[in-house]
Amino acid sequence: MSTTPKSLAELRDVYGPHLNLAPPGGWDADLEPDKLVKTHCCFCGQQCGIQLKVKDNRVVGFEPWTEFPFNEGKLCPKGVKRYLQGNHPDRLTSALVRTEHGFAEVDWEAAMAHTVNEIERIQTQYGKDAFAVLSGVSLTNEKSYLAGKFARLGLGTKNLDYNGRLCMVSAGVGNKKAFGVDRAANSWADIVGADVIWVTGANVAECAPITTDYIWRARDRGAKLIVVDPRITPLARTADLVLPLKPGSDCALTNGVLHLLHKWDLIDWDFVKAHTTGFEQALEEVKDCTPEWTSGLTGLPVAAIEKAARMWGEAETSFLLHARGIEHQSKGVENVLGCINMVLATGRIGKPNCGYATITGQGNGQGGREHGHKCDQLPGNRDIENPEHRKYICEVWNCTDEELPGKGLTAQEIMNAIHTGEIKGLLSLCFNPLVSLPDTEFTRAALSRLEFYVNLDFFLSETAQHADVVLPAALHEEDEGTTTSAEGRVIRINKAVEPPGDARADWKILVEIAQRLGKEKWFGHFTSPEAIFNELRVASKGGTADYFGITYEKIEKNLGVFWPCPELDHPGTPRLFEGGKFFHPDGKAKFIPTRWRPPMEVVDAEYPIWLTTGRVVFHYLSGTQTRRIGFLVEQCPHPYLEIHPRLAALHGIEEGDAVEITSRRGALVLPAKVVKSIRPDTVFIPYHWPGELSANRLTARHLDPLSKIPEYKVSSVRIAKTTKDRFPAELAELQRMAFEARTDQANLPEQVF
Amino acid sequence: MVSDEYGFFIDPQRCIGCRACVGACAECGTHKGRPMIHLDEMDRMESPQTVPTVCMHCEDPICAQVCPADAIKRTDDGVVHSSQKPRCIGCENCELSCPFGVPIVFSGMEQMLKCDLCYDRTSEGLKPMCATVCPSQALLYVPKHQVAEMRRSKPVREFLVGTLKVKTRTAVMVPDSEIPLHLDAALLIEGGF
Repeated sequence: MSTTPKSLAELRDVYGPHLNLAPPGGWDADLEPDKLVKTHCCFCGQQCGIQLKVKDNRVVGFEPWTEFPFNEGKLCPKGVKRYLQGNHPDRLTSALVRTEHGFAEVDWEAAMAHTVNEIERIQTQYGKDAFAVLSGVSLTNEKSYLAGKFARLGLGTKNLDYNGRLCMVSAGVGNKKAFGVDRAANSWADIVGADVIWVTGANVAECAPITTDYIWRARDRGAKLIVVDPRITPLARTADLVLPLKPGSDCALTNGVLHLLHKWDLIDWDFVKAHTTGFEQALEEVKDCTPEWTSGLTGLPVAAIEKAARMWGEAETSFLLHARGIEHQSKGVENVLGCINMVLATGRIGKPNCGYATITGQGNGQGGREHGHKCDQLPGNRDIENPEHRKYICEVWNCTDEELPGKGLTAQEIMNAIHTGEIKGLLSLCFNPLVSLPDTEFTRAALSRLEFYVNLDFFLSETAQHADVVLPAALHEEDEGTTTSAEGRVIRINKAVEPPGDARADWKILVEIAQRLGKEKWFGHFTSPEAIFNELRVASKGGTADYFGITYEKIEKNLGVFWPCPELDHPGTPRLFEGGKFFHPDGKAKFIPTRWRPPMEVVDAEYPIWLTTGRVVFHYLSGTQTRRIGFLVEQCPHPYLEIHPRLAALHGIEEGDAVEITSRRGALVLPAKVVKSIRPDTVFIPYHWPGELSANRLTARHLDPLSKIPEYKVSSVRIAKTTKDRFPAELAELQRMAFEARTDQANLPEQVF
Repeated sequence: MVSDEYGFFIDPQRCIGCRACVGACAECGTHKGRPMIHLDEMDRMESPQTVPTVCMHCEDPICAQVCPADAIKRTDDGVVHSSQKPRCIGCENCELSCPFGVPIVFSGMEQMLKCDLCYDRTSEGLKPMCATVCPSQALLYVPKHQVAEMRRSKPVREFLVGTLKVKTRTAVMVPDSEIPLHLDAALLIEGGF
């Protein structure tokens, strides 16, 4: 029974979120660091280089790392303040076990023994697959690889999936279908030389801030910028062409553009004939997608659609970027393929200053999805259902085909199976599904049905509050390893400090559980992240994501190595597909037709307004870390409803008014933020908060049939003005916290010089 | 001494409102936890436009002119510094008179602190912290002669405040007039793109 053991208010008192406002000892401590540790940001997929200041085994600040080529010292506010997640009052430093009176601290041995007993009991009673693992891609490559091996050989369950399922799996599936490989086609350096940059479904300024500078450097050369998004985001504000389309109409737009490229003969026929297949079928699919048809579905003017197609079609060089906006849909894969078709038709890929990329969202969203984190995948981005691939991994792992489980359920499907009672036990790490999965109340009900749940985390996240056992894990700066950035650059995460108390690195915890389950032969040699990485290198060898030629030493020497890197003397591959060589057996890219279909939920008389959700620059994902850092909470303490003045006027809503937003799943009351930068038929809510403030109370569990990504970006809702006494109590508490951060005098010195 | 070769350029058009500059400024060892940068939303209903304000380092700083205690000094390299303790009396003349709204007299300190171009960093050849971290490089610190080839917008260092001409060390980049100001999604949908 994994209901929370005490009231939420009591849990909040003990485990937070509380704010960390200042470095250890306050601002006046004059902490002259013992050392600077070169590492990377723990947050998004850009993986900016940063140096952490360390004194007496505590991170006390940061110093820009200007030599690291991707960001040259640049950081967003999350990166600037990330060091405040250390030395935090909410930090878990001891194992916790649920009791009737809340969580009790217990010694490590007792927590471990209980965990292992419960795993064995559930698997004996209900079968191996009744125990599932949910993991996340803020983890290093080493931990991601280990999570896959741990689930499959340590527990023998097929049911392992990860929070990347909520991130860029639609891009992964689309890229594999079209190109035969899942990686950004270029390093970001190619953005700077592009003449036209097409950004769709990506709030670059807030979710990938450093990418903004690459785009501006291109614009300084004279490049044109096209931004496709229902909202005029900070980057879109000055774009040459802004296309605020209806949520869920993305592949209508790309079909309409392909139609016009063909009509106006802006096709690179030489490239298409030499390096692609399937163009005829793709054209057949868009033959009726006239500008008028496209306009009808997207809500964009015909002239704007024509202008976009002309700008894109006539460009000499170009770069197309997309992110969750088009991927978080029940047609996520088709939206991605529609973009790829536009790129292939113009032949602008695999050449200098020409490219295409998804902007991977999570810190290790790229690397974490390559080495066995996914329910259908083995290391090296191999397919778990491919006999050849299985055979190779069985050889590397020294196991039999019978010992290696097959394809399991995806993240949302695992939660669905927990809800039906098919899955009885869960181990999760680096994942906060109670905030990040759609349909919050369904997730809460599912968690309460688990017979046993063990959670590894450094703070007691909202999901961890439902656990039977919580094992204190390590922060990013308390462990070492590698990650792979959105560019496909494999980089080194260096350890700055030791974890406090009983907390320890996630890989050590997983290895210990596996050993206690009697699986020494498969895990006993994992005595360091490097030992895990060296096995990963071999396991990935010959796969599309080939890391064999990458070593820790080589990464440090070169400030990162781009995969594929099959041999030790191979320099790595910053730009894929040079010379039109793709990863399919015939060496060609595939055009895949994308037939228009509506999203799973559309507006109607009862729910007449589109809802879309997303991020703000001050927070990361479910907010487990960022909602505990004073400066970030001060900038954005709570969610709000972005609404156009016209729509607001229809409902008598003004800035700051309480608005009740209702969908078929639930309702929440938020303050209105009235802005002209959003379509008048659409509202937006940032999703980083839990409970009564969770945007995912409204979203649906509609999945893309191929990628199984939920359709966060398209729901239908109704809105009504209500009274301010209906704001959740949590909203006032968050406003109080923002005030605390803004007025914190206790930590400030009275005299500075 | 800060090298005369380098200039500070504020390019508001590029600002994404992320406040990385504000957060990084507060990390400085010379004003410990107190940011010296102002980052303002212009009018959020009308536009996502935000504008960062750092000290303009005037040639003849008004803040220093009006200081009754002679506590505000400009070094020969053109940098205008925080007020000197114990001279500063916290009277707020500087705060009220600065045309750019830069100096802040902090309650509890009774002292004016302001952006000093990260003197601890720039006098040693580093960039100021804000211009180092700024993700969109709306805050730019580069050799002055490079700006023309780097940017399409033009640097301005002279401002008219009432009838007074104010010359500054820091430049504001004036946008390329070709760039449209997309402000209302409703109008874009109706064809006003």
